[in-house]
Amino acid sequence: MIQQLVMYEEELAQINNVCEILHRDANARAVLVIDKNGQSFAQAGEVDQLDVTSLSSLMAGNVAATGAIASLLAEKEFAGQFHEGEKTNVHISIVGQRVILVVLFDERSSLGLVRLRVRKATAELINILDVLVKKSASGNQPSVFSEITDDDIDNLFND
Amino acid sequence: MSFINYSSREINCKIVYYGPGLCGKTTNLQYIYNKTNPEAKGKMISLATETERTLFFDFLPLSLGEIRGFKTRFHLYTVPGQVFYDASRKLILKGVDGVVYVGDSQMERMEANIESLENLRQNLQEQGYDLDKLPYVVQYNKRDLPNAIPMAELEEALNPTKVPSFEAVAPKGVGVFDTLKAVAKLVLTELRKGG
Repeated sequence: MIQQLVMYEEELAQINNVCEILHRDANARAVLVIDKNGQSFAQAGEVDQLDVTSLSSLMAGNVAATGAIASLLAEKEFAGQFHEGEKTNVHISIVGQRVILVVLFDERSSLGLVRLRVRKATAELINILDVLVKKSASGNQPSVFSEITDDDIDNLFND
Repeated sequence: MSFINYSSREINCKIVYYGPGLCGKTTNLQYIYNKTNPEAKGKMISLATETERTLFFDFLPLSLGEIRGFKTRFHLYTVPGQVFYDASRKLILKGVDGVVYVGDSQMERMEANIESLENLRQNLQEQGYDLDKLPYVVQYNKRDLPNAIPMAELEEALNPTKVPSFEAVAPKGVGVFDTLKAVAKLVLTELRKGG
């Protein structure tokens, strides 16, 4: 059986809210929440010009590679990363060992401020994710996929 | 690990193309990218060396359409085939929903094929997966080459569990979409069981 990460409306609204507040309080350009496999599920700020799908995949690859480096150095994980650019800086952190929180910021903010606000957002995200995991594990939520028929699947591939 | 978003009504799945170096994994993705409508695909990303050998992975996001009101998105990844990139291959298998093993039909690549297949099984095991329980298909690439081994021999050596298999000539697109469709169907069918 495939393990599934399931996102529900209620928790997504809460996560989006945390992103909005972090975006505002950290004076950030954009905030992204990505699962460790590279699927983006929440954003805030100036994301229209960003290729969020590609960024998410690369961020997840980056975090996975850094995690593997940590383990080779007998570290549990490197909890945060910072990339400094000429215009845009990137702060990447792992939240509750489940998701990746990315903050893009420029000269309107500073690393210190971003770190401070990320800490607060991280605590809130961990609480939301805990609820989400319990909810999806309980299996009480409706699933549309059990009703998928062979025809539904075949129809996807009719060119 | 598939990701179902009830809020945006999306379902995301990860498919990994595995196989020995130079077997044509990246070529499969390039063909799919070139033949897919712009609205159904994202940017293809290749983390490659200067000599165009895959260094970390290739990535291609694809939308296949809607199923019961849910948009289905597949993220296609390749692994670096060269033996010494094993640490990278392990990372890319994390969260996989379906695997395509791409074999090289040439006689002189048989040993590399077998080694890569064993490596796939081993690396999946380390992540807690069993290849025999995952949505999995096999593609025999480079069927147009004069030194290609007969299909029966390839099947015997590389497909003992008789999963769906396809003959391919990836640069010309032969078998490329058949392979993708087969693995995508298996992934969705598995998802239905899990749902």
